[in-house]
Amino acid sequence: MDISESKDFLVHSGSLKEVRTFSREVFEKLKLNNDLKDELVLAIAEAAQNIVKHGYKGVEDTKDHMQIKISMKDNQLEIGFFDKGKPVVAENIQHRNLDDIKPGGLGTFFIKQIMDDAVFKKDQQKWVNHLILTKKI
Amino acid sequence: MSYKITEEGNVATIFLDGEIDMDVTEKAKEVILPLVEAGKEVHLNLKDVSYMDSSGISVLIESHQKALETNTKVVVKEVSKSVLKVIMMAKLEQILNLE
Repeated sequence: MDISESKDFLVHSGSLKEVRTFSREVFEKLKLNNDLKDELVLAIAEAAQNIVKHGYKGVEDTKDHMQIKISMKDNQLEIGFFDKGKPVVAENIQHRNLDDIKPGGLGTFFIKQIMDDAVFKKDQQKWVNHLILTKKI
Repeated sequence: MSYKITEEGNVATIFLDGEIDMDVTEKAKEVILPLVEAGKEVHLNLKDVSYMDSSGISVLIESHQKALETNTKVVVKEVSKSVLKVIMMAKLEQILNLE
């Protein structure tokens, strides 16, 4: 089944529940199994959290929105994240060493564990950052 | 996220309920850390926690480390399947006291 759905969310930690609900609803339509669905929802929520936490670091009560687009075509899942936060320098993104036990630094690790690929594209006029997560289903 | 606390002797059991994400981590820490800092052995019952992300995992790590500093312990109990998957993905099942 091919699908393409997108939704805008206020850039705020309080939106993360809505992000998960939207993602779950799309994956319900795709009839993905529960384990895979949970993993994908986690990856999406972590990427959205990164926008709130890092893209808008130091910005209080922004009215900006981020957009999440979930598409499936020919069993290739593509999840796009669009935001107007601080420009991301992809080379600077790295998760912490798992042996260095401390709070934080796991979100990017989870995304890399769950998805096949994560790429920032500079192809948008309207948005500052465009992250694409992909996974063969 | 909601919670309930029961205390028996030096053991405080915190029953967390709902989804633990970035939006509720401060609230979770405000509930857990004072009990740890007071030297209580804290049991975190997660049977009704249906979702936890990296922010929730950070709360577990911070609580665990604070307990080590204060010479007590945090025990994570009745972890739901979905949360256990996330703990294992972070390779923390050997670090946290899981029961």
